[in-house]
Amino acid sequence: MKSAVIVFPGSNCDRDLAVAFEAATGAKPAMIWHRETELPGDLDLIGVPGGFSYGDYLRSGAMAARSPVMQAVAKAAERGAYVLGICNGFQVLTESGLLPGALLRNAGGHFVCRDVALTVENAQSAFTSRYGAGEAISFPVAHHDGNYFADAQTLDRLEGEGRVALRYAESVNGSARNIAGILNEAGNVLGMMPHPERVIEAAHGSTDGRRLFDGLVEGLMARA
Amino acid sequence: MKARIFVTLKGGVLDPQGKAIHHALEGLGFGGVNDVRAGKLIELELAEGTSDEDIDAMCRKLLANTVIENYRIEKVA
Repeated sequence: MKSAVIVFPGSNCDRDLAVAFEAATGAKPAMIWHRETELPGDLDLIGVPGGFSYGDYLRSGAMAARSPVMQAVAKAAERGAYVLGICNGFQVLTESGLLPGALLRNAGGHFVCRDVALTVENAQSAFTSRYGAGEAISFPVAHHDGNYFADAQTLDRLEGEGRVALRYAESVNGSARNIAGILNEAGNVLGMMPHPERVIEAAHGSTDGRRLFDGLVEGLMARA
Repeated sequence: MKARIFVTLKGGVLDPQGKAIHHALEGLGFGGVNDVRAGKLIELELAEGTSDEDIDAMCRKLLANTVIENYRIEKVA
C-alpha cells in the first residue's frame, strides 16, 4: 500500500493530509514536489492537498493543474491509482480535466471557514464505504472558491451516475445542487471542498473524516 | 507584436465580484448602473510571426477556463 501527497508552492494542507494517509496506511506517504515529471510506478493512492497553490494566480488551481507532476497524476489515475483532491486539490482536479465542472468564487463573496453539515450521497464508492447512505456528517471547510459549477447536462449526468459523493446539508457557498464532492466516471478520483483530514483524531473535536481514509485504504488493501 | 486577451465569465455564471463592485458604485451614489461583470485583461508580448492558432491554443489551454469563461483576442500592431 503506497501513497503520495503532491506538494505545490503554496500548498498548506499537505502535511495534514500526510498524517491522515500515514494513520490509515501505517506508512509515511512520499511527498512529491510539483516539478517532478514522474511518480513512483506502484502508487495506490495520491493526495492533492488544500492550500493556495501558486497564490491562486489566474484561477484557483489553474497553474498547479499545468505543472509537470499533474501529467503524471493523470497517467496514474488512468492506470487505476486512487486520487483524492481536497479543497485546492479539488480545484486542481477540475482545472486539469480529471473531474468535470469548475469551482467559482463563493456566491456570498465571503471566505467560508467553519464546520459544515454534509450528507453522504453515495456510500458505495471506494472513498465513502465506511459511511451509510444518507448519513449526516460534519467536516470543516475553509475556502473562497468552492462554488461548484457545471452545465445542467453535466449535473444531471453526475446525479444519474451516482457521482455526487457528498452534498452540503446547508447553504455554504452557492454550489450547484449543493454539491460538495464528486467522483470521476471510473470512481477512482474524488474531489471535495470539505477537509476530512482535519477531523481524524478525537483531539480535533470529531473523527468523522477518519472513516474516509480507513475505508479507502481497507478497500485498496483488499484489491491488492 | 502584442496581443490582448479579454477573459470574461460566460452569461449564466454568477459573478460575486461584479456584484460587489456594483454595490460599491451604488454606495458612492452612482445611480443607473444596471449590472456589473468583472473580467481579466492579459497582455502578451509575442515574437513576430506567432500564429493565431498558437495564441488561440494559449487561451484554451491556460488563459481561460472554457467551462466558465469566454475569451476574445485583440492583436495590437
